[in-house]
Amino acid sequence: MELNKRVREFIEENLLVFDDEVEFSDSDNIFELGFVNSLFAMKLVSYVENNFNISVGNADLRLDNFNSIDNIVKFINSKIS
Amino acid sequence: MLYNIDAYKDFINTQIKPSVPVIDETAVYPRVLIEKMGKAGYLTPTIPKEYGGLGLNNLEYGYFTEEVGKVCQATRALLTVHNSLVGNTISRWGSEEQKNEYLFDMSAGNKIGAFALSEPKIGSDAKSVLTTYDSQNDMYVINGKKKWISFGGIADFFIVIASKENIVSAFIVDSNLDGIAVEEMQGLLAGNGVHISQIEFSNVVVPKSKILCGEGNGLNYVVSTALDFGRYSISWGGIAIAQAALESMVTYSRKREQFGEKIYKLDAIQHMIGESTAKLHASRALCEKVANMRDQNNSNSIMETNIAKYITSKTAMEIANYAVQVHGGNGCWEEYPVEKLFREARILEIIEGTSQVQEKLIASYALRKYFRTDLYINKEI
Repeated sequence: MELNKRVREFIEENLLVFDDEVEFSDSDNIFELGFVNSLFAMKLVSYVENNFNISVGNADLRLDNFNSIDNIVKFINSKIS
Repeated sequence: MLYNIDAYKDFINTQIKPSVPVIDETAVYPRVLIEKMGKAGYLTPTIPKEYGGLGLNNLEYGYFTEEVGKVCQATRALLTVHNSLVGNTISRWGSEEQKNEYLFDMSAGNKIGAFALSEPKIGSDAKSVLTTYDSQNDMYVINGKKKWISFGGIADFFIVIASKENIVSAFIVDSNLDGIAVEEMQGLLAGNGVHISQIEFSNVVVPKSKILCGEGNGLNYVVSTALDFGRYSISWGGIAIAQAALESMVTYSRKREQFGEKIYKLDAIQHMIGESTAKLHASRALCEKVANMRDQNNSNSIMETNIAKYITSKTAMEIANYAVQVHGGNGCWEEYPVEKLFREARILEIIEGTSQVQEKLIASYALRKYFRTDLYINKEI
């Protein structure tokens, strides 16, 4: 599955809004939209580490690495490469 | 340091158990016991061996916590704070310099750590901490007041959560710095020997190297990590109380006679024993499942840990409550162990996130996890 779709699927499984019509683009900031909470930040790190076999360190913990699908994918690709 | 479960049990019986009456009476956790635990490696069971810890996995740590928690809740609390909240968080997010500076000393018992998040006006709403920090040249200046800080009274350093214009950050703050005033809280329901304290920070200057996990990551990563490890530890603390309460309940009911027969024969007593046993077994099974999920770094382990904390603290309270009931008047007397178990169990439903906060988090998890798109398609709702 395309990386963007995999990440989107994971985020959608963890959304804190439950209206059927909720939509967001790959570039939307999911934290600013209030779609996820602070616990999700840790869960996201765990997901990225576990599913892509990469290690997330202190220097990686910038919000702009994790706040949208596009940025998460960019981050994963940078680590894998 | 090698870990041997039999040696550990022997340590509990010969070193910790005899200290419990002293801890209860004086409300002081003996420094000499901390030193002995440090020498044996028992202060940092889940810290990696390369930093002086025992390097136990989550299941081993669960059983480790349960063993000591059945005997001494103050020691269980020390493990929750020192090892889980503080040690595991530094191990996860600390710089190499911070790990080297603190983890070895924490393992040896030379330094005790405490986690300073709660405040007089801020509890569950952690993002709204009123303690502030300001950047000045190559220093940070911290001001504010923390409350309910376990082991704050004897800690050699704190992880302090503070904010600056809604940016929440974490700092490692040595307790001997100028401007820190610690006052132990008195008259609490339980927690003798846990040195629960208020800590005031007045223009406390810390070097920039003491920021933990980078500026702005205090809530999402430091607090979340610390509470996650803390909740896991509390889960097994609940198992410990529940197990000890059930053992007391069963033993008492088989020895106590009323109406010319042992009270365990009464239906009402068997109801309490049966329900308690089933709940304890279910809670333990959940903790073991969560332990495995954590060892596999399963991303759902965070929420499952919340569920385990929620269930085990409720189970501990319910079984301790039944244990008091089975003991009757003796259950309300400090000469019998269940009186203390009852008080200690009550605390577990509050610390590291109240049961009500857990319910809200669990509900959000369930509203996503258990929603079915193929249900009620042509039904009027």
